[in-house]
Amino acid sequence: MPNMSPKKAEMPKQPAEIRKRNFLEVATGYTKEVAMEEAARCLNCKHRPCVSGCPVHIRIPDFIKEVAAGNFEQAYDVIHQSSSLPAVCGRVCPQESQCEARCVRGIKDEPVGIGRLERFVADRHNAQENPVVNKPVSNGRKVAVIGSGPSGLTCAGDLAKKGYDVTVFEALHLAGGVLVYGIPEFRLPKSIVQQEVDTLRALGVKIETNMVIGRVLSIDELLDEQGFEAVFIGTGAGLPRFMNIPGENFCGVYSANEFLTRTNLMKAYKENAATPIMHAKRVAVVGGGNVAMDAARSAMRLGADTVYIVYRRSEEELPARAEEIEHAKEEGVVFHMLSNPIEILGDENEFVTGMRIQKMALGEPDASGRRRPVPVEGSEELLDVDAVIMAIGTSPNPLIKSTTKGLETQRWGGIVADEHGATTREGVFAGGDAVSGAATVILAMGAGKTAAAAIDEYLSGKR
Amino acid sequence: MYEIINKQQLNPTVVLFDINAPHIAKKAEPGQFVILRADRDGERIPLTISGYDREKGSVRVICQIVGATTKRLGMLNAGDCLCDFVGPLGQPTKVDGLKKVCVVGGGVGCAIALPVAQKLKELGCEVHSIIGFRSKDLVILEEEFRSCSDKFFLMTDDGSAGDKGVVTAPLEQLIAGGEDYDMVFAIGPLIMMKFVVKTTKPHDVPTTVSMNPIMIDGTGMCGCCRLTVGGETKFACVDGPDFDGFLVDFDEAMKRGAMYREFERHAYEEACNLFRKEVE
Repeated sequence: MPNMSPKKAEMPKQPAEIRKRNFLEVATGYTKEVAMEEAARCLNCKHRPCVSGCPVHIRIPDFIKEVAAGNFEQAYDVIHQSSSLPAVCGRVCPQESQCEARCVRGIKDEPVGIGRLERFVADRHNAQENPVVNKPVSNGRKVAVIGSGPSGLTCAGDLAKKGYDVTVFEALHLAGGVLVYGIPEFRLPKSIVQQEVDTLRALGVKIETNMVIGRVLSIDELLDEQGFEAVFIGTGAGLPRFMNIPGENFCGVYSANEFLTRTNLMKAYKENAATPIMHAKRVAVVGGGNVAMDAARSAMRLGADTVYIVYRRSEEELPARAEEIEHAKEEGVVFHMLSNPIEILGDENEFVTGMRIQKMALGEPDASGRRRPVPVEGSEELLDVDAVIMAIGTSPNPLIKSTTKGLETQRWGGIVADEHGATTREGVFAGGDAVSGAATVILAMGAGKTAAAAIDEYLSGKR
Repeated sequence: MYEIINKQQLNPTVVLFDINAPHIAKKAEPGQFVILRADRDGERIPLTISGYDREKGSVRVICQIVGATTKRLGMLNAGDCLCDFVGPLGQPTKVDGLKKVCVVGGGVGCAIALPVAQKLKELGCEVHSIIGFRSKDLVILEEEFRSCSDKFFLMTDDGSAGDKGVVTAPLEQLIAGGEDYDMVFAIGPLIMMKFVVKTTKPHDVPTTVSMNPIMIDGTGMCGCCRLTVGGETKFACVDGPDFDGFLVDFDEAMKRGAMYREFERHAYEEACNLFRKEVE
């Protein structure tokens, strides 16, 4: 008999007043009992709409059935067949617009807490002393993966499970891409990313850090000299955008990438960290996506008294996940909607002292279907801040494009790839933000998965 | 891990390291840089490549001990390993088609200027070099510059070695005296590069400067190294580090360079205290 409770079992969280001053994880996770209780809310319906809502097609009702029965390792096996990063997805996927959005329980009540259950299963598996990994039999064929973010790791994992000899090349000193430099510790602890990467290593995936492909080795060299038969490009969209307004190069103006990289990858939030960061008291974050929320909440945890989100449209258009917006508000972040920065002010040493913003109103819908913000004349306002973080988007890094012959890109820099991830260059596949422009972790994973299948098909045909 | 295969103390605060990194040695060109981390909890710091041996597979970096991170680096010896060493990053210095150049180096910037001078000499270019230091004790690479230069000038602030004065004095004389350079390369402290440009611009002598701002990733991701060049924002790590000196906003670059000065001073003192304790 299913558990007919209309609400999801509540996720325990650190109280807002406490968590806004520490970098520990916000949500602390289900216990075994709560997980089994929540799993019993699944109706195990025949047409399984949740599965089609998942970009990597996890057999959701099957794993939930195992959780309900207390077979947690079996549940993990079901998830792991489709996803290489379950502990990550359980935390950062926008379930509310994917699997959970299609859950039948969600028509009348709250949907089943699929994300929370996925997280529980993955964490329980990872907490074991020596989790068992079944290493596949090698087929001896080499595939290179460029970039160790969500798309690269997923592609590598899927190919390794099929027996390919996969090497992942990472430019930074640590594997994980945006999972380690971008998403903060309080939302995704780095030890969890490390465990997922270790699982891939146990599957036989080699990870070479400090390798900037396009500089130290080109894609041509990987294919022609290093013996790789196919290459997957998962280099993401790493180049930060700025607004080109006066004062943007003053001391105290950060791109979200820089602010988050200093905090997360370089651990600047820890006392005695070697990498400095400004512990500003009054911070404005420009932008309304998940990255903006991450930056705002990190600034709060670094000791700010006042943190503003400055966004040019209204709250309804905020692209961030509802949960992130809610958490940010609980933690005291102030939302300045319909506001557009026009100038950053500084002192004689060019340290930030404030930001001038113009009020906006929503006009006619633009190409994206959202109502276009238009300036309201004579409505300027001054925000008294000592740091500004620009979180207005990123574009793909041009390095691979400029060093690879025959690889076509869009005018805005994205790599041209078909629906299977095949680029205009034979044997070279691509996916994730490098193709789509900045999107989500799970969409990148979906692209990595599709490309892995296409690479397998391509190489099987080649033999 | 990347082994230090040779270390030399060039002067009291400048150290030379040859690092075993065959991949990078194979591709490195003058003007490019590496990013390194000495240890696992360390900071990522950019250092411009000051030489490479493609056969031995080693890359040479010369660094000045200015802060906590370089202080730790300076304590390492041959046989020790660096945790991370990544490169070659940035655009190589453009040397094609140059017939006659003047290379101006200041302080530890001479370490970066040297491979440029050597490469140009190798390509058959006429090379004049001017190198400047605060005093005799700080002079580095004098012989190396002499042997690749058709004309050579050594300057010190106090006159304790070479001639007394700043590097722009002989540069002004050479240009005014009719030396028609295709390019002047200026590599050193921001203030020196700014004044080299002030010297060359009235004579309309093209000038390349090498910018060395604060960086984290070095691949274009963080935007920390941005500077204004000809009114546009450029990233030193991917668009540079070489730029047209006439277009660089040096005043802004100097202010940005001071952003973490207080933190750095504090960290340096802490590092010194730590080492003092270790010695006791």
